[in-house]
Parts: sequence; C-alpha cells; structure tokens
Amino acid sequence: MADVLTAVGVLVGLGAFLALILVVAERRLVHSGPVRLTINDADPVEVPGGEPLLSVLRERKIFVPSACGGRGSCGLCKVRVLEGGGSVLPTETPHLLPDEIEGRVRLACQVKVRDDTAIEIPAHLMEVEEYEVRVEAIEELTYDIRRVRLAFGPGVEFRFRAGQYVQIETPIYDGLGEPVYRAYSISSPPQDTGAVELIIRKVPRGICTTFVHELLLVGDRLRINGPYGDFYLRETPAEAVFIAGGSGLAPFESILADMAARGVRKKVTLFFGAVSRRDLYDLERLHAYGERLPGFSFVPALSHPDPGDDWQGETGLITDVVARHHGAMEGMEAYLCGSPGMIDACVRVLTDKGVAEDRIFYDKFA
Amino acid sequence: MTSQGAFTIFIAAIFINNILLSNFLGMCPFIAVSREVRTAAGLGAAVAFVMTLTSGLNYLVYAYLLEPLGLEYLRYIAFIVVIAATVQLVEMVIERTSPVLYYALGIFLPLITVNCAILGVSLFMVIRQYSFVQSLAYGAGSGVGWALAILAMAGLRRKMKRSRVPAALEGPGITVILAGIMALAFIGFSGMVPM
Repeated sequence: MADVLTAVGVLVGLGAFLALILVVAERRLVHSGPVRLTINDADPVEVPGGEPLLSVLRERKIFVPSACGGRGSCGLCKVRVLEGGGSVLPTETPHLLPDEIEGRVRLACQVKVRDDTAIEIPAHLMEVEEYEVRVEAIEELTYDIRRVRLAFGPGVEFRFRAGQYVQIETPIYDGLGEPVYRAYSISSPPQDTGAVELIIRKVPRGICTTFVHELLLVGDRLRINGPYGDFYLRETPAEAVFIAGGSGLAPFESILADMAARGVRKKVTLFFGAVSRRDLYDLERLHAYGERLPGFSFVPALSHPDPGDDWQGETGLITDVVARHHGAMEGMEAYLCGSPGMIDACVRVLTDKGVAEDRIFYDKFA
Repeated sequence: MTSQGAFTIFIAAIFINNILLSNFLGMCPFIAVSREVRTAAGLGAAVAFVMTLTSGLNYLVYAYLLEPLGLEYLRYIAFIVVIAATVQLVEMVIERTSPVLYYALGIFLPLITVNCAILGVSLFMVIRQYSFVQSLAYGAGSGVGWALAILAMAGLRRKMKRSRVPAALEGPGITVILAGIMALAFIGFSGMVPM
C-alpha cells in the first residue's frame, strides 16, 4: 500500500513541479506583463504582452483589415512598426516588398507585442468601427450562394464607398475555439446607409461560410466591422472592364447601383463568369443597367453549360471571353473580383492585352 | 557502471551505435521530415539539443528520485513527463529569444515530444548504467547521430528527385529501403566499441 502511495505521490509531485515550472515560464516568457503601445504618436496605452499585434489592436477596437483572419496568408494587415516588434519573420517576407521592409512595414498578425511598441496606422483605419447588426433577410441566389441583408441599429448611418468590404465576426460554434473574421464585399449601394447586403458562397469546410449557410437565421444578431479596402471605381474618362466570378459579383452590384444613383458616366463592360446556368443570379437586374447607364454592357459567360441549360450566351473561360470581346486594351482599367486563381489568370491576360498593371484593381480574399 | 570515457561514448553513439540506424528509433520523423535538407537540418538540430538536455534531466530524476525510493519501474512514465515538459519549455524559450528559429522549426519542435529516440536514449542510459557525464555524452552523441542520419537521408532524397523510382515505391517506400541500406553500411562499424 505504502509503495502505491509513494509511487502516486512521486508522479504527482513530479508532474506538479514540472507544471509549475511551465506556468512560471509562460508568465515570464510568453505573457510578459503589460507593455506600452503607442499608436500614431498618441499617448501610449498599456496592453497585455505576448499577443499578436492584430488581436491587441482589435481588442482596442482598431480594425486593421485582414481577409485571412490572422493566418499570414493575405498580407493585408500591414502596419508600420517604428519601435519594438523584433525582426521580420520568414512568414512575412513573401508579402513585403524590399522598400516596405526598409520602411519598417510589418504584418500585424505576425508581430507579437512583447516590448514597448510604437506603430503607425493609416488614419482612415482609425475610423473603421465595429457594428452590431441584425439579419434582416436571407435570399437564396443559387444552390450555394446567399444574399444576406444586415441592418444596423436605429440612428446608425454606415458610410462607405461602393466596392469596399466588411468583415464578419463568426461567433464561436461547434469546435471553433475563438471568433474568426472573414471579409465580404458589400453588394448594396452606399446610398443605403441603414443596412449592407453581402453575397456569400458556401465554401466546403469554410468556417464563416458554413456558419452563414447552415446556422444563420433571419433575426440573428452579428458583429461586423468595416468598411475596408480601396477597391472603388476610379472616376476617370478611361474605359473599364469589370470581371466577376461567382460571388465576386457583389462589389460590382454596389458600384453599378452607385453609378446609376449619382449619374456617373463611364464606358463599362461587366463580365460575369460562372460554371453553368444554375450558378447565375441577378441577371435581370444587371441587364436592366444597360438602359439606365449609357455605355454599360453586361456579358454573362458559362464555362461548362449543362446540356439542358439552353444557353445562347458566351461560353468558355472568363479570360477567353474577355479576350474575344476586346482587342488591344491599352489605356483601359480593369476591376476584378473572384477566386485568387481567376484573378491571377485575368491579370496575366489583361497585362498581355496592354492594360497597365497599376490600372488593374482587385481584393484577393485568400 | 561502465567505465568508458565520455568522449568514447559520444563518438560511439554517433557512428557505431547510431540510435536511428542500429536501433531504428525515431523512424517516423526520419521518413516524414527528410524531404528537404533545410527542414531536416532544423529538426536534427532540435532533436540533438532536446536529447542532450533530457538525458541529463532524466538522469537526475532517475538517480535522485526514482532509484532511492525503489520506483525504477516508474521510469517510463516519469521520463515521458520530463521530456514533454522540457520540449514545452524549450519551445517557449526559443519563441521568446529567436522568433526566426521558432518559425523555422515550426511544428517539428512539439513533434519531438513523441520522438521515440528521445525516450530510447533515456532508457538505454539506465540499462547501461551510465554516470551523469556519460549520460550527457550519450545523449549528445545520439542526438548528433540522429541529426547526421536524417541529413544524409535528406541529401539522398534530394538526389532521388532526379532518379526514376518505380511508381509503387515513391515516397516512404524507397525511403525505408534507403534506410535499410544505410543501416547495413553502419553495421560495418559495429563491434568497434562494445556498448
């Protein structure tokens, strides 16, 4: 009996001793106590040490854009770290240009706040706010794409530029340890300040899209933050092409509605690529802009129409359809929204056709 | 207690009684992580470091806690606990002091916890009745030996990319065969120093 007790006692003692060492080490090494964070030369604030800069800022209600939710894959959460932050990590280098590294630009999701830190954030990001919204309507656009209308509370006016996006905070649901943030373009026009509409396609095993498609109900409350992004229409005399794939139609619906409301004149062709007829939506609404907007034309295209689709329109990959419609494209602008693969393919075709690289605009939500 | 010098044990653990190629311990990471020379080097270095550290710590736990209380049979579970805690601690220290190394090692560091070669070294040290210094030498030697073996394998596999391997043997299959041939080569050294 005594043997058993000693054995258990020794094991428990050893385990407890090691656990104690680990706890102390974690206190000392990982959570290094409060540190001072200075943002844009304002007075320093005390924040807990050891956390990624992105989440520290989020807790302070400063929303740096991040489409991937802090995984270091989208490269959007760039901030200038003037003091502290350690050296640039291998996870950041693919997203930083040499002169950005020189200018002390870092990815906020990769920088851990361990020592006193001073950072600089573009002023407009300080205006990004968090909102509590109510799901006002959910509309099934196709078998895997939904339009969700989110209404702000009474008295709230949400101001944004057509083409910008917001982030949804996905609440904690099965097995999800912490809230994650995912970015979606706004499809409603900026004149509608009381609500935003988002077009969300279900991604297999996607954390937020699964939530939106399987759990979200009309009347639910959600938190979103925004607006973000510089994907808005440049009001220049240049002719433009809009290329949308799947749920990537969202920002263009907002931009077109805004153009119609404000009477913006610009020669625009919207290409909408989908697989087959069951993936198309909002066609009537988009065709109708042909009458309201002088110089607008709409080209839906299917890459693999089903035999039963009875499809008279364009077929083929969206890049081929664009190439067929336009000869040389020098001096034109291009706006892209869709999967990263589609965007890469379009950028290649467009630059081959003579569109200047700084005249191609897109948000890549990886 | 064996009377071999610590240096002899160190060299013997690297070449003559290589923990990986003569005892076949730590095979899973050896096969899984030997695709790239860079990552193999990172993992090898991490294993060598943790092995040295844990053989010393486990020696202290065994000689000053388990043996005096007659609890030698608890060594398996005690050693594992010590190894797991050490790996955690090393992970935190590296994250704090060198984020670059931390990201380079990535997932490999926590994986070391379940590398059986680490536990094997601690158990051999008990069976062979090494002293503290001998244990450290054995741990360090085995770690370096393991690192050398995985580096050699990664080098071979880099060359293999350009060779025509039968489709059925690609990946782990040919790697196991290579490991076998490497082990045969190491048998040539066996018996030079009895261990």
